[in-house]
Amino acid sequence: MSTTLSSPSEFMTQKQTAAWFAAPPASQSDGTLPEWYVSLQKQAWQRFLELPEPTRKNEEWRFADLKKVRFTELVPASPADDSESLVKRAKESRVDAFAAHFVFANNRLVHAETDGLPEGALCLPINEALAKHGDLVREHFLQEKADLGGKKFAALHASATLSGLFVHFPENCVCENPVVVHHFSGGDMAATFPHTLVVAKDNASVSVMETFESIAEGEQSLAVGMVDLDAVNGARIQYVALQNASESGAKHVQLNSTRVGRDSSVKSACINLGAAWVRNESINRMVETGADSRILSANLASGIQEYDQRTLQSHEAQHTTSDLLFKNALYGDSRTIFAGLIDVHPGAHHTDSFQTCRNLLGSDTAEANAMPGLEINADQVKCSHGSTSGQISDEEIFYLQARGIPAETARRMISLGFLNESIQKLDGEELKENLFEQVKRKFTSL
Amino acid sequence: MTNSATLEAVSIDQDEGNFSYPEAYEHDAGYGLSEATVDYISDIKKEADWIRAFRKKALKVFFDKPMPTHWASKDLEAIKFDKIRYYLSKGQKSTRSWDEVPDDVKQTFERLGIPEKERKYLSGVEAQFDSEAAYSNVKEELEKEGVIFVNSTEGLREHPEIFRKWFGKVIPTGDNKFSALNSAVFSGGSFIYVPPGVKVAHPLQAYFRINAENFGQFERTLIIVDEGAEVTYMEGCTAPKFETATLHSAVVELVAMKDAKIQYITVQNWSNNVFNLVTKRGMAHENAEIRWIDCNIGSRLTMKYPGVIMKGRKARGEVISIALANDGQHQDTGAKMVHAADETTSNIVAKSISVGKGRSTYRGQVHIPKHLKGCKNNTECDALLINSSSRTDTYPAITVKGNQHSTQHEASVSQVSEDQIFYMKQRGLSEAEAMSLSVNGFVNDLVREFPMEYSVELKRLIDMEMEDSVG
Repeated sequence: MSTTLSSPSEFMTQKQTAAWFAAPPASQSDGTLPEWYVSLQKQAWQRFLELPEPTRKNEEWRFADLKKVRFTELVPASPADDSESLVKRAKESRVDAFAAHFVFANNRLVHAETDGLPEGALCLPINEALAKHGDLVREHFLQEKADLGGKKFAALHASATLSGLFVHFPENCVCENPVVVHHFSGGDMAATFPHTLVVAKDNASVSVMETFESIAEGEQSLAVGMVDLDAVNGARIQYVALQNASESGAKHVQLNSTRVGRDSSVKSACINLGAAWVRNESINRMVETGADSRILSANLASGIQEYDQRTLQSHEAQHTTSDLLFKNALYGDSRTIFAGLIDVHPGAHHTDSFQTCRNLLGSDTAEANAMPGLEINADQVKCSHGSTSGQISDEEIFYLQARGIPAETARRMISLGFLNESIQKLDGEELKENLFEQVKRKFTSL
Repeated sequence: MTNSATLEAVSIDQDEGNFSYPEAYEHDAGYGLSEATVDYISDIKKEADWIRAFRKKALKVFFDKPMPTHWASKDLEAIKFDKIRYYLSKGQKSTRSWDEVPDDVKQTFERLGIPEKERKYLSGVEAQFDSEAAYSNVKEELEKEGVIFVNSTEGLREHPEIFRKWFGKVIPTGDNKFSALNSAVFSGGSFIYVPPGVKVAHPLQAYFRINAENFGQFERTLIIVDEGAEVTYMEGCTAPKFETATLHSAVVELVAMKDAKIQYITVQNWSNNVFNLVTKRGMAHENAEIRWIDCNIGSRLTMKYPGVIMKGRKARGEVISIALANDGQHQDTGAKMVHAADETTSNIVAKSISVGKGRSTYRGQVHIPKHLKGCKNNTECDALLINSSSRTDTYPAITVKGNQHSTQHEASVSQVSEDQIFYMKQRGLSEAEAMSLSVNGFVNDLVREFPMEYSVELKRLIDMEMEDSVG
């Protein structure tokens, strides 16, 4: 009576939809780009075409609203009309003490100031760096193979003409003031590809602060950015991304990968205020003894915004540490997704790794999803994760009201303080204040 | 110390259930699964047409559903569905007297101490041998009060007015591939009904035993506790060690009506080649309480996420879980809490211990939908790693909509610190004793939730698992 039993194997069902792009979003090569890079671009475009669109069957896209990930007929952004006013906007919002200031509008450099850079530091647009320092860039360029679901976006990014900075600090090169970068994008269905590559060699210390904004409100646009941070030996990197794009239409993807070497420390922060849909992926690899990584995020979501964040803390050597703190304040019908994984490799003994996600729900229709995960394969490990969701308690409001503060103000104060906890863990007083002011500005508009 | 020493320690405890009697079955559905298998089972049980139709529909769902390997362990692919026997019985009728039970079956349960335990502290017992129950009894006074405690075949045949209404309702056939498989070929298990206001003082117990190789046990349990009633149910499982893999795939549905309380206790000690893939879920109505107390020590791969759907206002759900994964074992356990009414509260406390090359996984889901008020969830999972090759994972998923709820989740991973061991050794304990003491301390607050007899047994089991595992 025995019959063979077969069940269909798991395969991706992929609906044929209109393509995101008709052709690679790369401008004609003028022959100055190195050959390896041109062939890398071509391969990436092939990969992009072959890779399926994200589906919910994939755990890496669980809870995501995939309607927001279906793009059709995007085009590379064309030059911005009025770059003068954008530079002016950028100058108004930057910190006073900076090492260098770059402004990119629609994938093109429109402003550069480099007077504050220390001697020996390289800081130039990525395309210029590819032409002038091809070998140096190649060593660090898109080396990360792991992914948290954003493979297709990574392939698209690699096939495109990039904007953004290559920052290279040689041995012992130290600068406390941040390198400030502004990225503007605009134009209907326009796509931009900001790329940031930061390398800090032995005992170097560098800080980078990037801001992403839209040129105008209400345009459908997509930014696919990648950030690579590489702290070699005893190096220090601080990287902050402030995303404040148009709430109505802008979509923002940012894939970070961080490699922390021996006795190095990296702080990376993501602050999301704008955009209709955001996907952040952050891969943090502690590859040598003594590596330390702090991963921070503060997000203020309102309206119908969706912030989807996935992180990996990968401990690959003994005596490494990492600490993650993500804070979300949610209003309106907004949604947030946090999926984090601590992965302690076999043999990575004496690891200390922590992960915390806190959600403050400010409305009855907001939705917070949390998937904190742990995978431990080693001994003598201290790991924990925690996730909470809740609202401001009536006692807290009452306490402040009793001291003469109106309920509305009290609510705002508490929410601001809640988000500020992540910001306060960064270095640089002026930078922290600048970030805090921007968060406060969004609160006032709520 | 070496892992072989650890293994030795394991084999001591599992020897308790490691024996089998020659196979002589009157009814054998043969290897493999098809519609004919389903008909064969249905014919033997002389089932009503609606049950046969239910089984066939489920079989189709099972064939259609893919393996959940996109999130679950690839080890599932090692299950050869066409090499499994889906129904085996000696033609035994479940009897109320141990004297009438066939000799070899009786000896099996006597070696496992079931009759003795019944006399000592149980209100009722059911003992299942492969596909069918061999013995079931419930104390007379309970029967007079209207408590029903029968196997699934009898329950659906004799009391359809009670059981049909809820059968397959808490866990629909298509919930997952293995609940569909169970729905197609289920046999045995307990159907329990407790009438309004009846508080069953002593636990009811079921004992599940696999005796044959290449066999799949698919018991189906449905417990309905009416308004204001209370019951505690315990199940134990063992199987001998065979060379090939054995499958155990149960479906357990609980229904707690208004103000009812159900406590469901499992101590799973399958041998190391059993795939234990169980779907358990309860539905709690207004002000009702469902507690799952779950202890997983044996099996090759256990995937079990007891759940509670809190359907009525102020319903409560709780999962307390202890898992111990030794060499070659993967305990993939967790909990699922679905809040579907205002002011519902749920609590999950999971502790796992990984020894040798063992792997333990916590997987959880908490869902609080929109427009509810005052829901609360607390999740704690702690993992203890004993050896450097041990592994532990945690994958919770928490969804909260709306601002009138509070959830908290916390997980930690640690190991027995060298300082602690040193401290105890200084006071004259051996390293193994010190390790045992630490591990017992780690799970102690949960072990206390088990009934006395079980908690003593659990401590003993843990002691034995931990012997010589230091290193």
